[in-house]
Amino acid sequence: MTVMSYLGAIGAAQREAMEADPSVVIIGEDVEANVYGTTGGGKSRSDKGDFLQMFGSNRIRNTPISEEVIVGAAAGAAMTGLRPIVDLSYSSFLYMAMDQFVNQVAKNRYMFGGQASMPVVFRSAMFYGLNTGAHHSDRPYPMFMNVPGLKIVVPATPYDAKGLLRTAVDSDDPVLTFEACILWGTKGEVPEEEYRIPLGEARTVRRGDDATVVAISSAVPAAIAAAESLAEDGISVEVIDPRTLVPFDTEAVIRSVQRTGRLVVADPAHRTCSAAAEISAMVAEEAFESLRAPIVRVTTPDTQIPFSPSLEKQLYPSGPRITEAIRRVIGQPTSMPSHGARDMDQLATQAPR
Amino acid sequence: MNLSPQTQLEMQRRMLRIRRFDERASKMVKRGQIPGTVHTSIGQEAQVVGACMALGEGDYMTGNHRSHGHPIGKGSPLGPLMAELVGKATGVCGGKGGSLHLADFSVGSLGESGIVGSSIPIATGAALSSKVLDNGHVSLAFFGDGAANQGCLYEAMNLAGVWKLPIVFLCENNQYALSTPAHTVTSGVIADRAAGFGMPGVRVEDGQDVLAVYDAVHTAVRRARRGEGPSLVEVITYRYNEHSEGLKLGTDYRDQAERAQWVERDPIVVFRQRLVDDGVATAEQLDALEAEVIEEVDEAVQFTNDSPFPDPSVAFKDLYTEPIGALA
Ligand SMILES: Cc1ncc(C[n+]2csc(CCOP(=O)(O)OP(=O)(O)O)c2C)c(N)n1
Ligand SMILES: [Mg+2]
Repeated sequence: MTVMSYLGAIGAAQREAMEADPSVVIIGEDVEANVYGTTGGGKSRSDKGDFLQMFGSNRIRNTPISEEVIVGAAAGAAMTGLRPIVDLSYSSFLYMAMDQFVNQVAKNRYMFGGQASMPVVFRSAMFYGLNTGAHHSDRPYPMFMNVPGLKIVVPATPYDAKGLLRTAVDSDDPVLTFEACILWGTKGEVPEEEYRIPLGEARTVRRGDDATVVAISSAVPAAIAAAESLAEDGISVEVIDPRTLVPFDTEAVIRSVQRTGRLVVADPAHRTCSAAAEISAMVAEEAFESLRAPIVRVTTPDTQIPFSPSLEKQLYPSGPRITEAIRRVIGQPTSMPSHGARDMDQLATQAPR
Repeated sequence: MNLSPQTQLEMQRRMLRIRRFDERASKMVKRGQIPGTVHTSIGQEAQVVGACMALGEGDYMTGNHRSHGHPIGKGSPLGPLMAELVGKATGVCGGKGGSLHLADFSVGSLGESGIVGSSIPIATGAALSSKVLDNGHVSLAFFGDGAANQGCLYEAMNLAGVWKLPIVFLCENNQYALSTPAHTVTSGVIADRAAGFGMPGVRVEDGQDVLAVYDAVHTAVRRARRGEGPSLVEVITYRYNEHSEGLKLGTDYRDQAERAQWVERDPIVVFRQRLVDDGVATAEQLDALEAEVIEEVDEAVQFTNDSPFPDPSVAFKDLYTEPIGALA
């Protein structure tokens, strides 16, 4: 084992994938200069591990700022023998290529009756929580969950980020990975040797009996903090990180809810049609009998992301908001001040559409 | 350019295959034997075949909604194409594509696209893989004059130019996008736009002449194969039928005299005359060729009629390599 940051783990997975298979290429804006820290060894070209030095300009390619053709060309290349990893930098830029994602990447294998193979990974980083304002703070994975044909990966730890990315590159289906920048610096233990984590296998982060929290991306550390604080009051909380949203490990969540009878879903995406909405519906359909209280979602309210730190911070699932939600599902008196979590949930449902 | 008699006869054969296939498909739409509608390439056969025959066997191609001519021009067997139009299990896409989304990977046809312009980046990516893998394949993107105003074309031309990708951007300028005359929505000349990307742009003024199209595209393909990068070829042509079969527009957006002029220069008739004049084939040989093609289309329809519809479970196949979620 070695200790690595989340970002370092992504870089390590990319390096291993490039070394393992000459058909793997990396394309994206500013990837040659290692601007986002996943395509190099350090700040200088002479630093050990510089991708351009290691793999050459045929396999690591700076692109123009043309997301539509970046995504479409990666798809076309995947259909004809390459295994591209596309670095789209900010997740908000995916919208520029919506047609290619929805009409080509997701549909080509299906429409052409299985003739097309689509081994391509689209990586993007969600900069929410870092005062980047409305144009750079998106968490768009639920939109893509609504597109059959795509696989959606949302790692929350260095270990998962590395192992899931290796699996994504191996996959003959298109995979979108959404990386939370707020987790970039998180350190964790990562095996020295190569390993892969199957898509569709949730991780039980913490065992507990009184309530289940399904937490996504940066909500995972927030849920752990909530579970730890409630443990002091003798409340035992199970935390599940699905790690991938498509495919989704339904069984793991259902099994847990059958035991705890209570569910909180913490999801940094906007509330309406969020991943949390889908997970809640699924549990309501498949484990209704086990539920001893209504499901509670802790999401980002349906408002745009404001710039001012004093406005932005309150919006995402936090330790206190998740704590509050857990207290609600287990029927305990809540302790939040009036501008706290309960108000946020109400805000979420009342936000103008 | 000196093309062998066999090659010239093959050009005529492929143009005829497109014509007779599309004529049959049109009839089948009107009789309700093909669900939905189709867009025919009738009138544009020289433009399609001249381009396809300039490509080699391993080369790639993408297309658009006017979709049958491209795979036929590249040499696809007709049976699975016709079966696909009807939605049969033996269709080239197993009945999940239909007319708008034909693809025949066995001949390098990477897919037609129902979204105007959307397949251009795919062809560009195929050219990227040829370049990275250094396998010598060239890619060709067919798109209409309407698609020429989509932004993704210019993203693709820029990327292909800067990476010197082996691709030909082929604009089938049939002068209308549905009811809209190209000149009313297109600033300047499409071929001239190539200059802005530092690539050759040529305009084939007579797109009814299969050899002229072949020449222009062949030059572009050779350049691509030499590693010198992309080209834009604009071919002026005309569709004889309505935008799609069965479509009845309220206003007469096309001058019938204009149409008549283009019908007079039917690419198949023009080339037939030329083959006879040049002594490449006799009228009897060409009649026999036509009969063979008609028989081939008959067989394709027979194949289609004899084929079953897909099992309902097929609707859930091929979304992923392995079914996931509720489909697993
Ligand atoms: C993105 C998109 N916009 C609009 C349409 C509707 N549409 C289908 S074909 C067509 C005209 C296309 O014209 P052109 O590219 O010149 O091809 P042609 O039909 O003339 O061969 C239109 C507007 C579409 N399918 N996709
Ligand atoms: Mg047109």
